[in-house]
Amino acid sequence: MMRVYSDKVNVQKKPYYNDRFWVAPQVPRFEVESDAVFAADVAHLKEKFDIKEAYIEKDQLVVYINPNDNVEVLQTLRDELSYNFLSEHSAIDWLAKSGEFEIFYQMLSTCKKKRMRVKCFIKEKEVLKSVTSLYNSANWAEREMYDMFGVIISGHPYMKRLLMPDDWYDHPLRKTYPLQGDEAAQWYEIDKIFGKEYRDIIGPEERDSARINEEDTYRFARIHHEVAFGAKPSSEPTFTDYQEEGGVFIVKKLKKADAKILKERP
Amino acid sequence: MAYHKINYLQEAGLPVALTTVDKLVQWGRSNSLWPLTYGLACCAIEMMATGASRYDFDRFGTIFRASPRQADVLVIAGTLTKKHAPFMRRLYDQMTEPKWVISMGSCANTGGMFNTYATVQGADRIVPVDIYLPGCAPRPETLQYALMLLQKKIRTEKASKKLQPKRLV
Repeated sequence: MMRVYSDKVNVQKKPYYNDRFWVAPQVPRFEVESDAVFAADVAHLKEKFDIKEAYIEKDQLVVYINPNDNVEVLQTLRDELSYNFLSEHSAIDWLAKSGEFEIFYQMLSTCKKKRMRVKCFIKEKEVLKSVTSLYNSANWAEREMYDMFGVIISGHPYMKRLLMPDDWYDHPLRKTYPLQGDEAAQWYEIDKIFGKEYRDIIGPEERDSARINEEDTYRFARIHHEVAFGAKPSSEPTFTDYQEEGGVFIVKKLKKADAKILKERP
Repeated sequence: MAYHKINYLQEAGLPVALTTVDKLVQWGRSNSLWPLTYGLACCAIEMMATGASRYDFDRFGTIFRASPRQADVLVIAGTLTKKHAPFMRRLYDQMTEPKWVISMGSCANTGGMFNTYATVQGADRIVPVDIYLPGCAPRPETLQYALMLLQKKIRTEKASKKLQPKRLV
């Protein structure tokens, strides 16, 4: 089999290249039985719930559950297995790959000195039950997850965007969201403060960070070569004294020539 | 009192030269610029350092005020997010005329390194800016120099200039 021909002209000038044989490094996974405490925990969970997958990664237990069981599993972990701390809770966007979000709950047991992660997959429009009744730290985490990913939570006491404004369109941490914002985001402050008819007056955002406008003497004049607004840039050095030559009413002008330099402290 | 039909203030300005009064008024304005205590991000640390004893903003007659009603200068010190932009515009609108704006640091000038969906790409999209300060963050000396330039700019303005039509930006 032959490789597909591609033009090699100026191939060195390309700013990047693709390594076709690159494999993302994986953290090694171990059997649950390799740790006695985790093995007992998983055995306890398996009596009650459907555990899809369980392994140990970086000394932390990872357990995949059904998304419907999330409150019951976390209640068991808190009340019976002494995982008393929900340190992090958010989502991972796999919508492009499988149309799902991966939800994770990072747990800590302060008496066992162990950390574990409960994970589950939900579809895009699927509703996830809130765990704020068990862990108060889930309150803002779930609000942020809704804000950033659009994961719908049921039973939350105050479901509202956490970071973005309430009238923001779309969820910015999704992979499909453009980094520099969609149209609603790019005109957000103009639309909100002045109204849509001011878009033409104010103009689009300058997003090219490498752009240099030589004529822009207004905002970024060359230091010591400042010119008046709109004038052509010049190489003539400008007088940078902050007081006018004629002096300012009542304010006494400091002339450098009149200043005395003392060799010793008096 | 006799009723005069000529309204000197509304027609073509006062029919007398006001050079001395101009100088006096603008001297007073330029030497008592009161900025708003308004820090948005790390530039606010430099602004606080400028106000503290080592750099001592007070010797320019510059005293930070906690209310926009008492302030003349809005120093936009830090990253202006899109969520915060309406609030900053409201603070600017609450300030009484005459008022000036200093955009402090790269983030307030152009959005700086935050070329993202959540950052306003330059505070001049929201309010008219008089002085743009480069730096990330600018040193207190830079802020002092900006204030001196602003004072110089104020001194060149007319005290009784005709009211400009309200412009938004």
